[in-house]
Amino acid sequence: MRGNETLLDFRTSKFVLRISRDSYQLLKRHLQERQNNQIWNIIQEHLYIDIFDGMPRSKSQIDSMSGSLAGEAKREANKAKVFYGLLKEPEIEVPLDDEDEEAENEEGKPKKKKPKKDSMGSKSKKQDPNAPQQNRIPLPELKDSDKLDKIMYMKEATKRIRLGPDNLPSICFYTFLNAYQGLTAVDITDDSSLIAGGFADSTVRVWSVTPRKLRAVKSATDLSLIDKESEDVLERIMDEKTASESKILYGHNGPVYGISFSPDRNYLLSCSEDGTVRLWSLQTFTCLVCYKGHNYPVWDVQFSPHGYYFTSGGHDRVARLWATDHYQPLRMFAGHLADITCTRFHPNSNYLATGSADRTVRLWDILNGNCNRIFTGHKGPIHSLAFSPNGKFLASGATDGRVLLWDIGRGLMIEELNGHTDTIYALKFSRDGEILASGSMDNTVRLWDAVKAFDDIETDDFTAATGHVHLSENSLELQLGTYTSKSTPVIHLHFTRRNLLLAAGGCYSPF
Amino acid sequence: MAEERRPKPCSVILPTESMKAIAESMGVGQLQEESCVALSEEVSYRIKEIAQDALKFMHHGKRRKLMTSDIDYALKLKNVEPLYGFQSQEFIPFRFASGGGRELHFYEEKEVDLSDIINTPLPRVPLDVSLKAHWLSIEGVQPAIPENPPPISKEQQKTESTEPLKAVKPGQEEEGPIQGKGQGAANAENKGKEKCVVRMKARSTHELSVEQQLYYKEITEACVGSCEAKRAEALQSIATDPGLYQMLPRFSTFISEGVRVNVVQNNLALLIYLMRMVKALMDNPTLYLEKYLHELIPAVVTCIVSKQLCLRPDMDNHWALRDFAARLMAQSCKTFSTTNNNIQSRITKTFTKSLLDEKTQWTTRYGCIAGLAELGPDVIKTLIIPRLSVEGSRIKAVSEGPVVSNIDKIGADHVQSLLLKHCASVIAKTRPLPDNSDQYRTDYGYLGPMLCSHVVKARAQAALQAQQVNRTTLTITQPRPTLTLSQGGVSGVSGPRTPNIIKVPSSLTLPVQTLVSARPVTPTQPSPPATKYIVMSTSAAAATTQQVITLSSARSTSPITSPAPSSASTMQPLVKLEHGGASAGAAATGAGGSRPVQKYIVVSLPSAASETKGASLTSPLPASSGPAPVLDSSSKTDRSDSPGASGH
Repeated sequence: MRGNETLLDFRTSKFVLRISRDSYQLLKRHLQERQNNQIWNIIQEHLYIDIFDGMPRSKSQIDSMSGSLAGEAKREANKAKVFYGLLKEPEIEVPLDDEDEEAENEEGKPKKKKPKKDSMGSKSKKQDPNAPQQNRIPLPELKDSDKLDKIMYMKEATKRIRLGPDNLPSICFYTFLNAYQGLTAVDITDDSSLIAGGFADSTVRVWSVTPRKLRAVKSATDLSLIDKESEDVLERIMDEKTASESKILYGHNGPVYGISFSPDRNYLLSCSEDGTVRLWSLQTFTCLVCYKGHNYPVWDVQFSPHGYYFTSGGHDRVARLWATDHYQPLRMFAGHLADITCTRFHPNSNYLATGSADRTVRLWDILNGNCNRIFTGHKGPIHSLAFSPNGKFLASGATDGRVLLWDIGRGLMIEELNGHTDTIYALKFSRDGEILASGSMDNTVRLWDAVKAFDDIETDDFTAATGHVHLSENSLELQLGTYTSKSTPVIHLHFTRRNLLLAAGGCYSPF
Repeated sequence: MAEERRPKPCSVILPTESMKAIAESMGVGQLQEESCVALSEEVSYRIKEIAQDALKFMHHGKRRKLMTSDIDYALKLKNVEPLYGFQSQEFIPFRFASGGGRELHFYEEKEVDLSDIINTPLPRVPLDVSLKAHWLSIEGVQPAIPENPPPISKEQQKTESTEPLKAVKPGQEEEGPIQGKGQGAANAENKGKEKCVVRMKARSTHELSVEQQLYYKEITEACVGSCEAKRAEALQSIATDPGLYQMLPRFSTFISEGVRVNVVQNNLALLIYLMRMVKALMDNPTLYLEKYLHELIPAVVTCIVSKQLCLRPDMDNHWALRDFAARLMAQSCKTFSTTNNNIQSRITKTFTKSLLDEKTQWTTRYGCIAGLAELGPDVIKTLIIPRLSVEGSRIKAVSEGPVVSNIDKIGADHVQSLLLKHCASVIAKTRPLPDNSDQYRTDYGYLGPMLCSHVVKARAQAALQAQQVNRTTLTITQPRPTLTLSQGGVSGVSGPRTPNIIKVPSSLTLPVQTLVSARPVTPTQPSPPATKYIVMSTSAAAATTQQVITLSSARSTSPITSPAPSSASTMQPLVKLEHGGASAGAAATGAGGSRPVQKYIVVSLPSAASETKGASLTSPLPASSGPAPVLDSSSKTDRSDSPGASGH
């Protein structure tokens, strides 16, 4: 048993217990009266007792926080300041934007313009006090194409549906038929034009869900013949002969457990059982880089929302931060006591959340590699994470079928969402953060009222002061809907820019 | 949920005997008890560790079932060479066997005939992965399309209609009200399951969306329209579409009104179409019609017993409609009759009453008899056969007496053939031999002699069928012919087990052809969960020896009762003849489910050697069983619980 790392962890590190001062003193007195020195020694040796002042917690409060491999997180662990605010949106002139809309509906013109300007203005003028410095983490410069994409995004955002308890999103379900090879990962691009699936037979397949087919760039010799000055050079470099609805990327030699599109849709990352992360070009549909560092299976990989950086985590218990142009990791985040099962970037790209098989969620600062938050409370390995779009909250889902909501700024659990009966593989907030969607192995998509869940906490000062959780009795009140598919586990969820919910899963009968 | 699924702390440790057995198989003879204990602890720990790691791969593979590949990857993590060649098509590749007070799990390795593999056509290339999109929900409402599960499951419709009070009990309101939030009450029925139980109001409203109204219009038009292709399509849709629950009341009213009108107008074609609609509705697996039977049953019964169903009763074949409707009636009796509604007894009463009525017309009489006859042999026996002589004289009066009308004559003919058809099969089963024409006449009157010839025919057919049944059972129950060498042709074929009684031929040598020439094979299905592996002997010679024979491979050194695999040959078949309690002669003719059987129970351990089971089994067999080919042809492997082996 000497080789077992988990056991080693138990031996070397102390189990953390949080006890109120009164309880601690009672325990101490009791043991001294009974002369139970042995037990006292054990406590001294193997337990770390984190004492806090004030009222002892109720049993349900303790239960809700327990479950992690190494006990609860210490109070100090969650003390550090986290800049959870969003970065300032780069100023982009939106000149052409309104022209066609004006032509379309002249009546709606004055109404439509106003709110847009307001929302834009408020973002750019006021600097969020909780936001990190704009250049805290060097981010890649925006290219022209990125700006175009941003403009598209804004356009779409104006057509976005306001969601709420009375206005539930429509759900479109993408089923991967005949997935005998076992669908293991799915990702959808931000603009919902491409879907990629990772399979147990170590292939990655990319589909186009728009009428635009996938085309590869012409070969080098053909490219040299093209007139580079021409207007439609971007169109000319594409090889029409390769157009098809889906492409298969071969390269891994183990099941592909995680995939992620780059925000600009030019690249795709995939990680696999073979211990590598691969970067694929969606222009040529070939592998560009093979990042080796994890020697064990890599469970998850994700691009930063600003591109360039990406993160991976796997069986070796280390999360790594990479940049696409470095073949070695920039940061290594060590601290988890078991496999890192999922990783997510904070919307401002300054932080990284990792969920682990040791049943904790950790938030890491990318700048200095510190672990700023440890969230305990799950009773099983965590398989999904999602940041709210405003960056304040984090949702996590685990094999125990529960979704937990966390306040990042204060380091608190806010809510526990019970309802699923199996592992939750997908979590996603709607674009405006009103609704949280969760997808699970139990073949259901459930919608939760995120506004209501977060509202309670904002007003509740008491919880914030003591750090105790007050979970509402019935989290089902937050549930807005349950949608069952026939026999398809939901393994990915995605809100389009107009707040249409896309769900994806593989349908395979025998296994 | 989380609490329930949390694994219980377990401290299962492999038994030390296994360690010894494994050591023996490795060539280590004497292993001390202490080292066995240490080893078993270590091995158990390692196995658990690997299982835990394999679970991780299962979770990340987004599966609920652990696969052999997960174990392989877990071994790879530990830098251990994976186990090659353990890919299995089935979930659990092990077979279970019990006998002699022991239970064994073993890895079945069937004998494969290479020529068969070469000769079989290539399997179809599996389809490529493709993407399919459908609406799981539209603005919070789940549309009723085939891709989505039916809005209200059949069980629920059933409980709703059979136990209406249960729905409003306060204790039933589990999580219903919460789910309904945010949707209009009218839509509520489309949605989650629990909600419907709680909302009484929602159950009574059946609002149709515009699409549904269009669909209803299209379907009803197609069903009674003139285009047969369209009708087939529409009926297919009714029979399979999962989202029809909302439209059921409309459909049932449509049918009942349609029958009402068309009976008056004697429109036979339309009546047939409407009955086909009823059939389609009944065939739909997602619908439970109980609530609409009050409309449907009168319509169906009308089609059975109505005096006149068509304009030209002497020309049109309205008898077929009566037969069809009678079958429908029987089907709904079978499905929906409960102690509460007493459908079957009420229907039976209705039929009997008009059957007993002297003035009943031939058409109605025909319908009554058909309706009763479809309800099963018991009804025929108690209600129709006693009436045979009365009906017979009535028929006689028409056919031999002065010609009244052509219509009556046709009617009498049809009633006669109907009676003969249904009664003959029942009489053939119940009446003892011999079939004497005169005896029949005294018993059944005018119809007696005709009945007699029909019964004789029925008996002959039954005998023929029994023979066929016998053959099919032989082949069907042999999905894995490990023993019989001559049966390579049927390997891998498994069909639904016929519930027929297995009639074992008394002859010792069964022609091989019967085994190979299987009935046209039903599509290959996953083999039923096999718990037993029993070889039944039919050999008369073997049956006389009633002691328990245990056979073991000649080279095997370890005692048979030990579970350890022998070191020399890993194959160790134990053949045991169990005392069946009766002689083989009885077994040969026995037709009851409790027929005593002589059983060979073959318990075999995984074999690594190329030795075939058949060969190793036959070589040490006592002389009484005869040479190998005889055993092969006369013994059957039966993996499913055949009635004869039910004692095990």
